[in-house]
Amino acid sequence: MTFELAKRNVRLHLFRSILAAIGIIIGVVAITSMGMLGGALEQSVSDELMNMGNSIIITPAGPSTGEQKAGIEEKDIRQIKLITGRHPTIAFYNTYDQIKVGDNRRYVSMYGVDPAELPSITTLVSGRYVSGTEGVMIGQSLARQYNLKEGNFITIGIGSREQRLRVVGILENTGFSGGIQTDNAVIGSERWYESKYGGRGKYDQVVITVEDLDEIDRIKDQIEARLNRREDVVNIMDFRAMISSIQDAIGQISLFVIAIGGISLLVAAVSILNVMLISVNERIKEIGILRSIGTQKGDISKMFLYEATILGLIGSICGGVMSLIGGGLLILLIMQDIKYLMTLNTVFTIIYGMCIGIAICIAAGVYPAHRAAQMNPIDALSND
Amino acid sequence: MEKCIRLEDVKRIYQMEAGDVYALNGVTLDIGVGDFVAIMGASGSGKTTLLNQIGCLDQPTSGNLFIEGKNTRELPDSEMTDLRRDAIGFIFQKFNLIPLLTAFENVEYPLILKTGARDSTGRPAELLRLVGLDGGHIHHTPNQLSGGQQQRVAIARALANDPRILLCDEPTGNLDSKTGQQIMDILTDLNGQGKTIVMVTHSDEIASFADRIITIRDGVIQ
Ligand SMILES: Nc1ncnc2c1ncn2[C@@H]1O[C@H](COP(=O)(O)OP(=O)(O)OP(=O)(O)O)[C@@H](O)[C@H]1O
Ligand SMILES: [Mg+2]
Repeated sequence: MTFELAKRNVRLHLFRSILAAIGIIIGVVAITSMGMLGGALEQSVSDELMNMGNSIIITPAGPSTGEQKAGIEEKDIRQIKLITGRHPTIAFYNTYDQIKVGDNRRYVSMYGVDPAELPSITTLVSGRYVSGTEGVMIGQSLARQYNLKEGNFITIGIGSREQRLRVVGILENTGFSGGIQTDNAVIGSERWYESKYGGRGKYDQVVITVEDLDEIDRIKDQIEARLNRREDVVNIMDFRAMISSIQDAIGQISLFVIAIGGISLLVAAVSILNVMLISVNERIKEIGILRSIGTQKGDISKMFLYEATILGLIGSICGGVMSLIGGGLLILLIMQDIKYLMTLNTVFTIIYGMCIGIAICIAAGVYPAHRAAQMNPIDALSND
Repeated sequence: MEKCIRLEDVKRIYQMEAGDVYALNGVTLDIGVGDFVAIMGASGSGKTTLLNQIGCLDQPTSGNLFIEGKNTRELPDSEMTDLRRDAIGFIFQKFNLIPLLTAFENVEYPLILKTGARDSTGRPAELLRLVGLDGGHIHHTPNQLSGGQQQRVAIARALANDPRILLCDEPTGNLDSKTGQQIMDILTDLNGQGKTIVMVTHSDEIASFADRIITIRDGVIQ
């Protein structure tokens, strides 16, 4: 019956109750859509980071001097490959140089890679892979910037070292990855690179793609032991520490974003508290009647807690549904990819958001309910 | 005489800024089982205050109040509440029905409080018939009923849990004399069935229904 009374009071003061519920709706929508956005952000960054998370990068330890280029030598690479075994291991040349397309110039990464290895680490968008020294490939972003297609020519190098080359293929963006980053790069064959920049047999980087993350340490240790026994020949690094710190940062950003949502929920809580206090004040006389005919304090409390719960439930359910729509729109707008909406994370975020909404309503109801219950029946009765 | 209600030097003092108000100033009173007592006195003399003490709605500032042998001073709030639910029926001057509930539900409510479930015995309708209310009226909310009808609902509600004591604060104060007469007939009837009745009234005519009249002045019984 106390539940019935709570229900009827909500219905009787429908407008006021709706306003309070709207507060909760906004709060829940804010907190969950922010949470969903944060989660999606985390997910998309993680997807990008996954590309480099399993890479070990080996670079020469010594610096290059004017006449002597530092590099990892063939014999060292053979040693490394002995250790890595089945894990794909690729050595390549890498430098920066200027390119010119029409009147536009910019500096980009130059890669020299064994053509046989290219298909395993890159994806072709159009054209074909390089084979000999007759052409180069470029990344998708670069191609888009200068509106280049396969068959177009670009000029590489400065002054007397200028060389006009045909673009034979466009490579898909790899994004931020541990090994080759094709987005804004020119990729040619090893032989072309050696003929242009020299340094034959002195590779700038070796990338090992480790299939099982747990093996990273073993492989690193073994390479360290084999190559750097007497003096440091190579630097060996991986990205696990960096990735985890990036993920921490993203986690903090999404926490911050949720906190902003939380503030609006707090505002909603205050409005529910206000509505509940009004409801108690307005019903002092009714509380007096209920008490005078033998209703226990606890039941009076319950009546107001029910009322708050009804508001919280309605608000949170509406909020949950709306945040699915709102969060979806946000994700669509910011990431242009709806796949991040339909994740387990989204479901949990919505459920969390709704639970928090309900909990806050109940919490906001506790004080008014307590106040109502503690009222002296005779004082309550004489209130008009 | 079997004791039903006993007051021993009961004082009720309201502490106000302007000074203490002695609404009850040392009331000693015995009421036996089956008595029909009328309390009379001028306005502000302390009649309602006295009735509220007996009804366990308020605690005396000092002195003792026994209901059916139990000292209310020693009862926790929950037991006082149960006493109000089971042993005492209160009929207020201003009806005090629950506005959100229909007449039927108002009468059903104390039953639900006691049994924890909605009524299936038909007792609320039976009680409403007893006080002269039936038909469509029983599904109206209080604000859709006349004063007399509301008072009948209030009496039916007071009787819901078959209390042994009925307390009435000017039960006919807001009613015309004909309706008042009908209400008094009902109360007389109930007293005949053995219920102890304590009734506050201003009217000598109404007081004449009682077996015993107590007059109070400035919080003291004359
Ligand atoms: N809540 C209160 N606070 C302060 N004083 C009160 C309170 N209730 C009653 N009084 C005072 O106690 C005295 C007795 O009041 P009570 O209501 O018992 O009078 P009454 O005899 O019922 O009067 P009436 O015939 O007008 O109903 C009055 O002087 C009144 O002003
Ligand atoms: Mg009075």
